Parts: sequence; C-alpha cells; structure tokens
Amino acid sequence: MERKKVSSQGLKIIVCIKQVPAVPDVRIDPVTNTLIREGVPSILNPWDVIGVEEGIRLRERYGGEVTVITMGPLQAKEAVIGALAMGADRGIILSDLTFAGADTIATAHTLLAQIKKMWYDIIICGKLSIDSETGHLGPHLAELLDIPQICYVKKVDVDMIERKVIAQKEADDGIEVVEAPLPVLITTTNSLNEPRLPTLREAVNARRKKIEVVTASELGGDLSKYGLKGSPTFVDKLFRPPARRPEMLLQGDPKEAVEILVQALLNRNIVNVRSRE
Amino acid sequence: MVSKTEIGGAEESASYKGVWVFAEQKDGNLRGVGLELLGVGRRLADRLGEELVAVLLGCGIEELAKDLVAYGADKIILAEHELLGRYTTETYMNVLAELVYKYKPSVLLMGGTLNGRELAPRLAARLSTGITADCTDFDIDKDGHLLQIKPFSKLMAKIKCRTKPQMATAKPNAFKRLKPDWSRKATVIREEVKVSPNETRTRVIEVVKTTNSIYGNVEEADAIVAGGRGLGSKENFKLIHDLADLLGATVAGTRSVVDRGWLPASQQVGQSGKMVTPRLYIAVGISGATYHTVGMQKSEVIVAINKDVKAPIFQIATYGIVGDLFEILPIFMDRLKKEYQEGVDIEQPSEQKPSNPY
Repeated sequence: MERKKVSSQGLKIIVCIKQVPAVPDVRIDPVTNTLIREGVPSILNPWDVIGVEEGIRLRERYGGEVTVITMGPLQAKEAVIGALAMGADRGIILSDLTFAGADTIATAHTLLAQIKKMWYDIIICGKLSIDSETGHLGPHLAELLDIPQICYVKKVDVDMIERKVIAQKEADDGIEVVEAPLPVLITTTNSLNEPRLPTLREAVNARRKKIEVVTASELGGDLSKYGLKGSPTFVDKLFRPPARRPEMLLQGDPKEAVEILVQALLNRNIVNVRSRE
Repeated sequence: MVSKTEIGGAEESASYKGVWVFAEQKDGNLRGVGLELLGVGRRLADRLGEELVAVLLGCGIEELAKDLVAYGADKIILAEHELLGRYTTETYMNVLAELVYKYKPSVLLMGGTLNGRELAPRLAARLSTGITADCTDFDIDKDGHLLQIKPFSKLMAKIKCRTKPQMATAKPNAFKRLKPDWSRKATVIREEVKVSPNETRTRVIEVVKTTNSIYGNVEEADAIVAGGRGLGSKENFKLIHDLADLLGATVAGTRSVVDRGWLPASQQVGQSGKMVTPRLYIAVGISGATYHTVGMQKSEVIVAINKDVKAPIFQIATYGIVGDLFEILPIFMDRLKKEYQEGVDIEQPSEQKPSNPY
C-alpha cells in the first residue's frame, strides 16, 4: 500500500457523488441488464448533496479545498455543476465507455485510481445512492485505500492539531462517538446537515467553472477492473415478481366493502390482534 | 495483480466449499437476522450438498453456539477475544478475512444490520470478491452458483458473482428462521485469533444508547397500518395513527411519506427501509411500487385501500378495497369500534403501544 497523501494545512476533502435518475423505475438495457441512465431526467443523489454540504462546511471551519468526483456518462456533468454551485472548488468526472455497467466493486476501483493521484484528508460518500441503494461504495473505497471508515455520521469535528476526526455515528443501539486519524472516509446521514440551495447567480457561475473530464486511458490503472467486465457481480436474469393471489377486490358501496373485509378478517382471526398484546 | 480469491479456473473455484452465515451478536445476544440466514442457508447447503457453517465472533459468547446449531448450522466457527467484545469494523473484518482465506467458503451471507452494512462491503473489497446488498431470496443454479435475488427497477433480478466467496447481505425479516431443533449436533471449531488493539484505527469513545421511539418497532410488529402519498398531508396522516391505535398496530409508511417528513425514517418499509412480516398489513393510499412491496409482501394478510383500481398494490393484496380512503377509513374504524365493544375480552392498550403523536 502506498504512502498516504495527507496535506499539512487545511483539509483536502473529496466528496464522491453520483447522478441518479429522478424517476424510480428506470428502463433496463436488455443486453447488459444494466440500468439505462442516458437521457433519463436526473438529479444529484440526495445523500451526496448532504456530503457536498458537509465538505463545504468542513472547509469553511478548517480551511482547505473540496473536490467532487463522479463516474458516469458525460451528462453526469450536471451533478458536478450542482456541487460546484453549492461551493465545491473542483469537479472531476470519470467518463468512458470502459467504465459503463460497473457494479460497486468496479466503481470503487475506478474512483480509487483517481483518488490515489490526489491529496486527501477526508473522503465523504453518501449513505447510499437512491437508485441502487447498496451503500457499498464508501466501505469498498475505505478498504481499497486502507484508511479507517466511519459510516452513518451525524456530526463531525476535526482536531487539526492531532489530525483526527471525532464523529457521532448511528449505531444499532444508539449513537457512538468515534475518533479516527486522518485520512478517513465518512458516510452521511440526513441528520448531518441541512444542505444549502445555491442562488441563481451561483448556479450560473458554476456553469462557467472548468470540469475535468478523465477518460480511461487518462485514468490509467488496471483497466480490467473497470466497468461491466471488471464487475464481479452481474445480472444474470430478470423476471417479474411472482404475484400473490389476491382473494378479494371490493368495489362499490364503501359500507358493504368494509363489512365484507371485517368479516373476512374476523374469519381469519386476525382483526383482534389487539387483544393479543 | 491477481488477488487471493480471484477464481483462476473451474478447479480453483471448486476448492471453495460450504455456505457460511455470519452470526452477529450484540451484548451477548444473537441478532435475529443471523438465525434467519441460517434458515435460508440450510436450504442452499442442502442443494449444494455442502456444510452450513455459522461464524461467531465475540467475547464470552460460547453459549450462543447452541442456538446456532438448533437453528440449522452443521458447524460453528467460534473466535473469541477481548477485542471482539464490541463490534469494530476493522477488527471484525481482519478476523473474518483470515477465516475466509483459511477455509475458503463458497457462499458468505451476512445480515444487513447497521454493523453488517459497514462490515460486509469492506470485507468484500478486502477479499476482492463481489457482493449483493439486500437480497430477498437466494437459490442455487444448475452449475452450483448462488443466485442472489433482489428487486431491480420494476422487475426482480437474479444476480450472480464471478468470484468467491459469493457474498450477499439480507435485511432482518427477509427470511424465516427454522423451528429450532435442540437435538441437533454440530462441531464447534475454536479459532485462536491474533488481534491487536492497533488494528482498529477507529476508537469508540462513548456510546449513547437511545430508547425506542414512541412509534414502535415495525420489524417486530404483528399488525401494521401503513400510509402512502395518497394521504395527501401530514395532518391527514393522523388517520393512519388513529386506525393503528384502534388495532393496536404499529404505524409505517413508504419512502415518499418519510421524505415528506410525515413519519421518521425508522418507520419506513421497503427496499431502502425495513422488511416486515406482520400477520396483518394494511396499506392505505399506497400505490405499491416494487420498492415498497418488497418490504411487506411476506405479510400474512395484506389489506389495500386505494382509489386507483389499477394500482399494483391490488395485485398482491389479499383483500383490496377500491375507493376514497377518506370515505372508507372512518367507516372501517366505526365498524372496528363496534366489533371491539361487542367483544368480551378487550384489554387496555399496553404501555409499549405506540402513542398517537398528535
């Protein structure tokens, strides 16, 4: 594992962001069985918006620089522009057909190749992306970079002298207060912050900022680990969910419908669950 | 660079054997999801003709092995160490990774608890293998590969993994545990693990335990009343609380309801929320997108009330009423009140029952 690149002044913050479809049901490519993202109305993943906001707040408190990175088709530039409008300093988009169809492991390897070239103290990932909802990327990336991770963070402070993070995180039985030395990767929760809305001027200005587009050959690294081919998991088959058999569909007079329903529930001994308490 | 677990060919792939379930414990108690995974793991192991192994990490928790055997494990791998007492991602991952390198399991299933969601993907990256989150079913194909089944947009996907171990997580309640058989026998393998405090760079300074919310635990509820966008507003959502109060049920909702702030995230049912399996699930004003139904379709009886006869929820509802929920709910509640007044054995609502926050 190579030497950690840690800056000595301020915080170098990287926020990994993802453009996600604005609609819940996206068409699926019949050949690759991956989601067709091109041409679909899209937004910046809401959990990543919280990540961008936290990155900017950390910079405002401790100084430094916020870079947002995304991997995706060129239209994902819109997500980067959104983050720049909020106040991120620098935007990078990893875009190449080679990266398409990646699962979470392949995505992590692609981002890793870029991040390894950069300085970083704190990497922020969204809790999960609302399209695939795995939440895998943060822990994958932390492991590949060999840095500590703190997931589901509700509050984060940095001790700039000892160069460590002190964070409150969600645990299964409450909240844990955890500390870890920089560099560290954190993932968001919705109680972390209330993201700002860029003004119209900020949104316009963000469009003038330069966005770095990185292709596979520019990125380098092990190309066999990227995209569909580099993904250990793949969708083998798609099928319609097996239907449960409905027993009754009641239409018409509400009073009659309710009466039939209550009788049916009584017959199944199920409406009196109350007395089981 | 070829990683340690990359499958070189059929021969090397075949050297991975056995179905493993990570049996998470907390404060010396087994998490239910581990027992549930043993249930489905049993079926997979039998299909493969291989062993079902439960992996148990902790400190002073040997007793728990008995439960794991009763719930279906053929073998227990037990690693005890002071530093495994409370969960930390890096230490747990290091220990599990060493065990995987040593025994080479073909399948590794883990519960999608908060800890599991930190641990499993990090472990997958360490092992250079693939992982599928929140599976709702598993199967074995004719070549002995694990089929990881989960919703994918409007459809369901069968996902395969080219590398081993084939890793997957499942949420609590996604699977049923077997009836415990206390006469079952199994081997317990004690693993001496080398763990040093320096391995974990994250240090827990303080734990603040929170008490349960007033809403009640949807994952353990026998009856649930869930509301969707069809309620229209937070004020109208009071109807859901009223019906739940009447039935002694727990309140739940869809993601859009939680996103709108009508309910806390703890009550969200579906792909990005909780999996629930109550005896009775009443879905009010819920259209029934796959992302929601995947979390509740294993309920014993589903009642749906929706004004749109074409709503997909009616395809899975045991009993559906097509109509205006604002008309139907008051009639339904009046009818239930009448039923309860006539009933002989009505107990007062218990202390634990979620109170109406309005």
